[in-house]
Amino acid sequence: MAGRRAVRWHIGVFLAPAVLVYTAIMIVPLLGTLNLSLFARGEEGRVFVGLANFATLFGDPRWSGAFWNALGNNAWFFLIHMLVQNPVGVALAALLSSPRLRMAAFYRTAIFIPTILSFVIVGFVWKLILSPIWGIAPGMLDGIGLRSLFAPWLGREEYALTTLALISVWQFVGIPMMLIYAALLSIPDEVIEAAEIDGITGWSQFRKIKLPLILPAIGIISILTFVGNFNAFDLLYVSQGALAGPDFSTDILGTFLYRTFFGFQLQLGDPHMGAAIATAMFGIILLGVCVYLFGIQRRLRRYQF
Amino acid sequence: MTRTLRLALLASTVLAGASLGSAAAAQDVTLTIESWRNDDLQIWQDTIIPAFEAANPGIGVVFAPTAPAEYNAILNSKLDAGSAGDLITCRPFDASLELFTSDKLADLTDLAAMENFSDVAKSAWQTDDGAATFCVPLASVIHGFMYNRTAFDELGLEPPATMDEFYTLLDAIQEDGTYIPMAMGSADQWEAATMGYQNIGPTFWKGEEGRRALIAGEQSLTDEGWVEPFRHLARWGAYLGEGFEAQTYPDSQNLFTLGRAAIYPAGSWEIGVFTPQIDGAFEMGAFPPPVLAEGDTCYISDHTDIALGLNAASPNADAARTFLEWVGSAEFATLYANALPGFFSLNSAPVEMEDPLAQEFVGWRETCEPTIRSTYQILSRGTPNLENETWNASANVLAGTETPEDAAARLQEGLASWYEPQQ
Repeated sequence: MAGRRAVRWHIGVFLAPAVLVYTAIMIVPLLGTLNLSLFARGEEGRVFVGLANFATLFGDPRWSGAFWNALGNNAWFFLIHMLVQNPVGVALAALLSSPRLRMAAFYRTAIFIPTILSFVIVGFVWKLILSPIWGIAPGMLDGIGLRSLFAPWLGREEYALTTLALISVWQFVGIPMMLIYAALLSIPDEVIEAAEIDGITGWSQFRKIKLPLILPAIGIISILTFVGNFNAFDLLYVSQGALAGPDFSTDILGTFLYRTFFGFQLQLGDPHMGAAIATAMFGIILLGVCVYLFGIQRRLRRYQF
Repeated sequence: MTRTLRLALLASTVLAGASLGSAAAAQDVTLTIESWRNDDLQIWQDTIIPAFEAANPGIGVVFAPTAPAEYNAILNSKLDAGSAGDLITCRPFDASLELFTSDKLADLTDLAAMENFSDVAKSAWQTDDGAATFCVPLASVIHGFMYNRTAFDELGLEPPATMDEFYTLLDAIQEDGTYIPMAMGSADQWEAATMGYQNIGPTFWKGEEGRRALIAGEQSLTDEGWVEPFRHLARWGAYLGEGFEAQTYPDSQNLFTLGRAAIYPAGSWEIGVFTPQIDGAFEMGAFPPPVLAEGDTCYISDHTDIALGLNAASPNADAARTFLEWVGSAEFATLYANALPGFFSLNSAPVEMEDPLAQEFVGWRETCEPTIRSTYQILSRGTPNLENETWNASANVLAGTETPEDAAARLQEGLASWYEPQQ
């Protein structure tokens, strides 16, 4: 006799703490931000203005100019990471996983260490290294006869953002390296042996066997990089300030949001426009993640052994 | 082992309790001062606060500064959250006025000490009609140029009086090659604007006359008087150190105090910072912004910069008012002006200053027409904000990435976009 299934209370009970905490500290503030962007400061406190803040953000040439400039810089920042950080991470992981490499543990640690440093330290140290007055970069270039290549990289519009992106790559290359290293180690020996029996070794082995197997890991790293880069703020703020000099060439959405939301020097903060920018950032990141999940992640083939 | 540990814990608890108890008995109220002057922490702790506490038992004071660029943001968040200190260091004009109109700062018009300040001194912390004053003026800062007198003597040079002499002088230092002619960078954009544009600018827009005309909409930023200072900034680029585009404000300060640069476009607040750093390695001198032709009136930026207000939500308002009365006294003025040479007291009572360089700076008030920074009153109320835009424009012009005319046109367009008298 099929009796009625008992209500499974325990599921709710076990889920409740996580759901409550997550709702309280993540979902409610997020909705709060979305809500804040629908108001503006009026004569008597705040007034509901609907989507007017977004109309200003995208319609007013000054606001939209700053917004697209920041978004473009963000995209460039992300592109540098994808072009430099991830290939270098894969290459390092491939080298580290080579059984013939000595002192692999030392290299692994050395490359990973910058990841645990504070942005403030990284920004400050690199500013000092690259300083035309006190830095060691001009001297080192001079030592190898390339002094003429030195420029005040952080002070020129055409180089500043790329320089900062490369500093960020230097700091975070350890993370893709570790993740891909772990993925490479998890490839079963049988697969590699089978490949070797078929005569596939060296570079073609990496390209035909290992790379397809670590693609899901690379996909995850890309999306982590995407989210991290579009939320970036600290490094740029520490090294270039909230006005993201020179001439806003290093202004990204994070610094634009900060300047608008909290104000800077004589400019008073505008939480409502700031929330509108934050909402736009949230939308961009959500869109990027969705494109990735539905467009790429679902098509990735996973291999089971 | 455990016994020792337990004893130690017991002892520390008893001791901590005792010390807390005695502290509470000595100080009934503790006032906290919010400030952006983190350079002054030691002076407040060692000189100013002990003097007040000695005279007013029962009131303790804590000076709690934050980084200058973040001060406004942090202060506003703290005030909104109700966690701000009792006493608030006030920026001049709109930033503080905004706090007063939104009831974050208390009205201090009835403070007896307010009588010790002239109307001009109070103007930066009053409502537009002057009816209410909400901060006790502390000090103003004067802009000019500091120079390495020892280097000048060595090269046989004299401080310049006119702009032409100024460039002849820079050329001479450049020619000699021992010193970088002038220490300034464009990385920290405000340096180019505040110590560059606002320093030499009043000479061209004729101080208060031009500033008021701009506010009234009778002049615009594309007029000669406002573009000409940018043209001079553009010329300065040739006399700055290599890679000045990445040179920060502390870099410039260090270049000068280490004796590598001969001239430093300065704010008077740097006297107190530089004197101990130079430590007698060379002698410093100062000259006011050069005039156009011999005998012209000189103009200086004598900027009412800093004041102290009362958090309207402070639970210790009575004690805070006692403190503010003392801050408005002649005793405090003397103490402050000598502890921080280069911050010139706004108190009507004459203040004896010991520092010769500070005396030099303040002496220009006798011969030159003083004015305040052009962007501070009213003109930075909207978005885009004229002060921040001027930082950006000055740095661009100095680095040569924007022409003076383009920069001026851009500033004017931005200002006209929200400021009615300019439309």
